[in-house]
Amino acid sequence: MKKLIALLLAVVMVLGLVACASSTADETPAATEEPAAAETPAAEETPADEETPAEEETPAATGSVYYLNFKPEANDAWQKLAEDYTALTGVPVKVVTAASGTYDTTLAAELDKSSAPTLFQCGNQGAINSYGDYCLPLDGTAIMDQMTTDAFNLKDEDGNTLSIGYCYEAFGIIVNKALLEKAGYTLDDITNFDSLKAVADDIHARAAELGFNAFSSAGLDSSSSWRFSGHLANMPLYYQFRDDGVTSQPATITDAYLDNFKMIWDLYTTDTATTGAALATATMDESEAEFGEGKAVFFQNGTWEYSALTKDKFSMNPDDLAMIPIYCGVDGEEKAGLCAGTENCWAINNESSEEDIQATIDFLVWVVTSDEGTTMMAEQFGPCPFKDAKEPENVFFQDANRYTAEGNYVVTWAFNWTPAVDDWRAAVVDALTQYTAGTGDWEAVKTAFVQGWATQYAKENA
Amino acid sequence: MKTARKRDASAHSCRLITNPIRRWGWLFLLPTFAAFCVGFLYPFAKGLFLSFCKFKTTSKWTWVGLKNYITIFQDEGFLHAFWYTALYTLVSMLIINVLAFAVAYALTKGIKGSNFFRTVFFMPNLIGGIVLGYIWLMIFDGILGHFDTAVVLETKYGFWGLIILMCWQQIGYMMIIYIAGLQAVPEDMLEAARIDGASSWKTLWHITIPNVMPSITICTFLSLTNGFKLYDQNLALTAGSPFKTLADGNVIKTTEMLALNIVSSNTSNSKGPGQAKAVIFFILVAIIGLLQLAATRKKEVDQ
Repeated sequence: MKKLIALLLAVVMVLGLVACASSTADETPAATEEPAAAETPAAEETPADEETPAEEETPAATGSVYYLNFKPEANDAWQKLAEDYTALTGVPVKVVTAASGTYDTTLAAELDKSSAPTLFQCGNQGAINSYGDYCLPLDGTAIMDQMTTDAFNLKDEDGNTLSIGYCYEAFGIIVNKALLEKAGYTLDDITNFDSLKAVADDIHARAAELGFNAFSSAGLDSSSSWRFSGHLANMPLYYQFRDDGVTSQPATITDAYLDNFKMIWDLYTTDTATTGAALATATMDESEAEFGEGKAVFFQNGTWEYSALTKDKFSMNPDDLAMIPIYCGVDGEEKAGLCAGTENCWAINNESSEEDIQATIDFLVWVVTSDEGTTMMAEQFGPCPFKDAKEPENVFFQDANRYTAEGNYVVTWAFNWTPAVDDWRAAVVDALTQYTAGTGDWEAVKTAFVQGWATQYAKENA
Repeated sequence: MKTARKRDASAHSCRLITNPIRRWGWLFLLPTFAAFCVGFLYPFAKGLFLSFCKFKTTSKWTWVGLKNYITIFQDEGFLHAFWYTALYTLVSMLIINVLAFAVAYALTKGIKGSNFFRTVFFMPNLIGGIVLGYIWLMIFDGILGHFDTAVVLETKYGFWGLIILMCWQQIGYMMIIYIAGLQAVPEDMLEAARIDGASSWKTLWHITIPNVMPSITICTFLSLTNGFKLYDQNLALTAGSPFKTLADGNVIKTTEMLALNIVSSNTSNSKGPGQAKAVIFFILVAIIGLLQLAATRKKEVDQ
């Protein structure tokens, strides 16, 4: 018996060692990739004489690209694009995608390594505060020349561009027009908060008879709460910043429009099938399904929801879908457009070697100019602010563009300035949850919102 | 004992075995020692060092001295997490050990199907903490939903929910240790007690429990440190909700325990204080564990 145990233990130990050995073996190919790629200038020459602007530099460029991708849903597309680029130019491109919700920790760990990402995501003020030291000022680089606007770019105090917005998104209230018509209304009936409330109240009152309700559930489970602590909270922030002429991250905010926030939140949580404490645990899937299956007319979400609603999860008719601005009872909101902005910004690591930086810039230029690149960008990210960008088919972007064309003002993403964004949002969500469930009051939401901002700002800038 | 010593002596005299062991023993320690250095000593030393620094990534730091330690002792959330953890640990340690002992006692009485029950009670221990947390969250919310509330809405639900969860998970494990202890209680002592006419309560109190003291030491030690180090279940069940919003905009996460507090405070803006918390946490768990071990060791009886 003892012999058997000893044998087993020995086997376990050996297996342990083998496991260690094989995991190091896995890593080695990555390390040898670079020399292997450097040996292929011969292969480079053949396809390299295409129209890409990077082509002259490629023979000289010995660098490599390491992109730490932010969007898991775009991982496959990036991997494919990286392969294509390597096949075309011989420049190794490694794309690693951080698991959903772990980008910040992954980035912090990766930047510590000797082979740190050369290209990463730095999409809001918090990220700039944390990783601004690592961002290469991009002004005057080849990729900046391709941009059509710097509205989505993030800068430091001296005006240096630290990261560039490579796509933008818009959010608002997604409407099922078919259901709206069934209830006897059209989009033209909704022009501000009062008319939205009148329509929603009426649909909610007749929900049993119509077979659908006004709003899909405003779930406060973590899968769904960001729609409110992030996107809905943008409304009071945007209007306050507009009134007060705020143009950079403010240390404090006021409660000027928090009553409007309360009005729209109360509407979401009243004219809906799920109310009260049940919302504390309601998830995004539930909310999405209510809208996708035609049980709700309104669903607050963004342009990224388009493929889920029309293809991936539900097969809604794109013609039935529209996105309207979030109306919350602010004067003049009849002229509001959708909330457009981005958290998708590229930053280049200034600690990378010069060759790697050059290779990264070349890669980016190729992505936003080549046919493969622009097609992928339009499919994955929608409209991109680059000269050669392709038009996406997403109807929500068409709505966004239509509002702008009609002279409505764009509600920008004021929440990108949120200090310590995760902590601030968590506090707001929790206060909102307790208010909605009836175990807390609105004062706590106000405190978490206004005081929380000041506290988090102070902590971040300590 | 005498025979054992004799056998040892004969083994020692065998040079063929002892000499290579003496000479090459260190070689066999090397892999483990290397793993210990890489996986424990180095990170620990670096963590200790970084707790005196302000940093965002571990390679770029600036020395700030004791500032991080001062910050954390003014952090109400951390202090709350400390006392909450202490309370939780005390309650869970008592309940888990009493119930585990009771179950073990019942299952060593020779009831039919003891082995089956032992397996069943042990099984929850095989499920990972985070999974358990989500499963129990669903169960609790399913029940509390009927009363129009949820686990994340009340501190007491979060607290007792976690106690129930941890009992469910750990009682089986502790039970196994107690069963081993109970089976080692000398039969002659029990028989003597029976002959002397001791009641079963007295037998339990004066013979069984003193004899299973080693198991009690191990189990209280385990449940104590488990309680202090609890993380996954806490994260999955409530993640600290509900919060108490203070007037200055800070929040106290009322069901957040120490380990979760340390991890969630390790955001890029407070990595220094987060590291300092981790150091304090280590010292705390080490002291409590050693004290507890020393205290119970004294009560053990020699057989």
